[in-house]
Amino acid sequence: MLWTRKDLLGLEYLNREEIELILDTASSFKEVSTREIKKVPALRGKTAVNLFYEPSTRTRVSFEVAAKRLSADVINIAAETSSVRKGETLIDTGKNIQALKADIVIIRHNCSGAANMLARALDISVVNAGDGWHEHPTQALLDMLTLQEKLGSIRGLHVTIVGDIAHSRVARSNIWGLTKLGAQVTVCAPEILIPAGIEKMGVNISNNIDQALKNADAVNVLRMQFERDANAAFPEQLEYFKKFGITSERLEKAKKNIIVMHPGPINRGIEVSSEVADGENSVILEQVTNGIAVRMAVLFLVSQGKG
Amino acid sequence: MQIKAKIMDTEAVERAITRIAHEIIEKNKGTEGLCLVGIRNRGVHIASRLAACVKKIENAVVPTGALDITLYRDDLACASGRAVVRKTEIDFDINNKNLVLVDDVLYTGRTIRAALDALSDFGRPRSIQLAVLVDRGHRELPIRADFVGKNIPTACNESVEVRLKESDQVDEVLIAVKE
Repeated sequence: MLWTRKDLLGLEYLNREEIELILDTASSFKEVSTREIKKVPALRGKTAVNLFYEPSTRTRVSFEVAAKRLSADVINIAAETSSVRKGETLIDTGKNIQALKADIVIIRHNCSGAANMLARALDISVVNAGDGWHEHPTQALLDMLTLQEKLGSIRGLHVTIVGDIAHSRVARSNIWGLTKLGAQVTVCAPEILIPAGIEKMGVNISNNIDQALKNADAVNVLRMQFERDANAAFPEQLEYFKKFGITSERLEKAKKNIIVMHPGPINRGIEVSSEVADGENSVILEQVTNGIAVRMAVLFLVSQGKG
Repeated sequence: MQIKAKIMDTEAVERAITRIAHEIIEKNKGTEGLCLVGIRNRGVHIASRLAACVKKIENAVVPTGALDITLYRDDLACASGRAVVRKTEIDFDINNKNLVLVDDVLYTGRTIRAALDALSDFGRPRSIQLAVLVDRGHRELPIRADFVGKNIPTACNESVEVRLKESDQVDEVLIAVKE
């Protein structure tokens, strides 16, 4: 399997072999972070630019750590303190970054399709770190790497994704990736947070979390984004917790070794109880560790895919 | 690729590995502080066979690891998608050890250069020695092997194919001509 792409824009555009290549490569990269000298020279002399139009700590830091462990130089641009405030367009910003002879742009943007648009306009590599409601491919890949490590193989797994499916790029990327690798995906949310037509992506739909957990090998708990639109759907955060929150009582009725994932940051007591978030089914911090390996693999592969 | 000659058969490969195992023990005056690191892929198989031989001879277990040098290659920039990263597994401390690096074929020396760089990120061995099944010449760097299974003079348009049971179902060394 050869990697031939200069960009990583979403899991929708990749085939199964490409996704497996990223996961295998990531699995090899994990070892680097366990060394005393946590650095390899693979991207020495390359420059990666973190271009973030939305606030983000963990994804930005994760990409930064990944790039540095590959010996790349990293520049961080936060839109709110840049020329974007003076009205510069995304493409112009991108072309300026390219003119600086950077090699990779890692973009987070609140508009769906922003990464695709930038990738078309530039010759250098573009990595999508989350665009609007569209995709967040590296989050889904790290979720899948974690599942693979814990359960052996993705094929045949039952994975439930619970939360604001309608506004979640994490959900969309996970659905693309998991279904391509042969998992059964169930999305679970109140009716109003399930987007019309989602069944066309090959998922089951449920409005009852207890039922959705019944056969699940893993549950991916999305963050309720009350700072965005969810407020309208659920005025009462406590009501959501009561109906959809992942609690020890609910897990008792699920498979004993069910894996609980969360992309973070956690709203304790809203989508998941503290007891579960810190409990033995939780792999939330392992996801963070795997995020570094996945992003190292992606940065390595896209810079290989340019030639 | 056209096969020109078979240089080593199963017995020859086995004898060479057994002899190298004896030489390693002799040179290091036993197995105290000794460890083996094979370079992926076939160097790893040879390293574990050497470890088995050493165990038979000295009844001592020598720590054995696997090294992937892809990230240290000097031609990574022009590898364009063909470089596959595999796992490095060195789960013992290499500091102050006498480390024997093991590979199947020694050619330009660039793989060994990459391996030496990689090892220095894991620690500072007391010494690093090099064991190879085949030395085919044409060095491009000042590197030589301490233990050699067989010296095979080759032309640049030839390639040396090492096949091992672990990955290729058969033990043999062939010379092939590139077309």
